[in-house]
Amino acid sequence: MSVKQEEVNFARNEQSETTMMPGKFATAMRTNLIWQFIRFVIINLKMLVVVSKSH
Amino acid sequence: MARVVILGGGVSGHTAATFAAKWLGSSHEVVVVTPNAKWNWIPSNIWVGVGQMTKEEVTFDLDPVYKKAGITYKQAKAVSLNPEGSESETQPFVTIEYTGQGKEGESEDVTYDYVINATGPKLNFGATPGLGEGSQLGEHTVSVCTADHAEHANHKFLESIEKMKAGERQKFLIGTGHGMCTCQGAAFEYIFNIEHELKKAGVRDMADIKWISNESFLGDFGMGGLHMKVGGYVVSSKIFSESLYAERGVDWMIGAHVSKVEAGSIDYELLDGSTGSESFDFAMLIPPFAGVGLKAYAKDGSDITDTVFAPNGFMKVDANYAAGAYENWKASDWPRTYQNPTYSNMFACGIAFAPPHIISKPMSSPNGTPINPTPPRTGMPSGIIGKAVAHSVCDLVTKGEGAHLHEASMAEMGAACVASAGKGLTTGTAAAMTVFPVVPDFEKYPGTGRDTDYTFGEIGLAGHWIKHILHHMFIYKAKLKPGWTLIPE
Ligand SMILES: Cc1cc2nc3c(=O)[nH]c(=O)nc-3n(C[C@H](O)[C@H](O)[C@H](O)COP(=O)(O)OP(=O)(O)OC[C@H]3O[C@@H](n4cnc5c(N)ncnc54)[C@H](O)[C@@H]3O)c2cc1C
Repeated sequence: MSVKQEEVNFARNEQSETTMMPGKFATAMRTNLIWQFIRFVIINLKMLVVVSKSH
Repeated sequence: MARVVILGGGVSGHTAATFAAKWLGSSHEVVVVTPNAKWNWIPSNIWVGVGQMTKEEVTFDLDPVYKKAGITYKQAKAVSLNPEGSESETQPFVTIEYTGQGKEGESEDVTYDYVINATGPKLNFGATPGLGEGSQLGEHTVSVCTADHAEHANHKFLESIEKMKAGERQKFLIGTGHGMCTCQGAAFEYIFNIEHELKKAGVRDMADIKWISNESFLGDFGMGGLHMKVGGYVVSSKIFSESLYAERGVDWMIGAHVSKVEAGSIDYELLDGSTGSESFDFAMLIPPFAGVGLKAYAKDGSDITDTVFAPNGFMKVDANYAAGAYENWKASDWPRTYQNPTYSNMFACGIAFAPPHIISKPMSSPNGTPINPTPPRTGMPSGIIGKAVAHSVCDLVTKGEGAHLHEASMAEMGAACVASAGKGLTTGTAAAMTVFPVVPDFEKYPGTGRDTDYTFGEIGLAGHWIKHILHHMFIYKAKLKPGWTLIPE
């Protein structure tokens, strides 16, 4: 049975033990082209709001 | 005809100069004094430092741009200011020393009606023995603060990769080189770009990577951290940062003042007063920032540097420098107009203005060594402040001395920041963040200091695409290509 990546990460040392670790799904979504295209649009809109509030 | 002199052609000064030239037209003169022949989009130096961009891709020649804009360009560094003139000169003037244009080493007094100081930081390598004072590149360590530094860093990085390929383990130490550093964000980007490139080169398992910084917690970034709304929770940046470091197998040491650098090792002191040393094969440590060391003289020639500049060398502006202890700090301590309180025709913008105090909670070790980040002035605030100051100066020139000054307080503006965590069209990631406001306002938001509706962050490929687009967009804007004014700072 293959060990999950988060098991390896948590086991590295004491510092890692108490952190929040992304699982396989969250990690995969970070570079999923369709999901990231949607996030691209949303992040740009959010940034535009902050930029317009700051000028 | 009025003359507006801008000292420094970086992010803030270039913004101020180009808008001033556009708004004032040819009836007034805009002069830029800056020692560099090229403009540098500094955020992309990170990618030069890992060989993913060349120096040429992140810089361009200033001369043709200033010619096109009708700006008088003096490739020189400012040395001193005479805000009252001198016994032989009735007008205020700045003394400059040429670094190019065939006049290297020559001095000149440039008179002005208004002066904008946008000289940015002096990279104060001298603050930590062995960090690289004199070499201006880093002595035993490397830096990514300028395009040249980043190119040098990449050479060293490639050497390390070759060693790993030959079977030699390498230890990478990346972070801040002194207890009073700022710019943790740049080091954060560099450490994750290094990690990403090592993976791509197939040698990640031969590398130990460690972060060292003066932050009291991971994710402070000199802003006291930030709280972001994610999945219905409002969460501290500490949680996100620790998560990312742990996920990418990067160890961390925080609350650290690097007291000495030698070949292959650094000495440090921690917030609990303990000391130690850490070895490295490759280290990128950001130097602390100071003002560039301009002097100021009164009409009779007496030294008034202390009146015009704060002890750290940054120019005094309309900030509250007497706020006292941390408990008394308020958002309203932060400057709004960036006008010098003594000389009303003098302004400072970007990193060159003296902040009223730090943003993070002040900390020191039991031995009295201050170990806390100093306040960052990132690209967006530097650009916005540069534009606001240019607007004020143009109004003073065209409408007279009673003109209303434009305001741009860092306690009332937000910032968007994208921190690269690895480059690649389909494999890259970056943390895209916004904060509002940059300087927390605990009177308005007693818990987090910021509006959590406008403060967010997430990591992913989308952030990388945005970072890449921003690279091209800001270089396009700085070159004054058609429609440049439509691109926000
Ligand atoms: C590696 C790195 C990565 C970064 N990444 C980001 C990022 O991703 N996002 C972000 O928002 N910010 C980032 N920053 C911060 C950003 O670069 C700064 O906020 C910005 O450059 C500040 O603008 P400035 O005009 O005040 O200073 P600078 O851009 O440094 O410009 C100062 C100018 O003054 C000139 N000068 C110096 N001395 C003199 C003198 N005596 N007389 C005349 N001119 C002088 C200098 O040559 C320079 O041209 C990064 C910084 C670094 C170092």
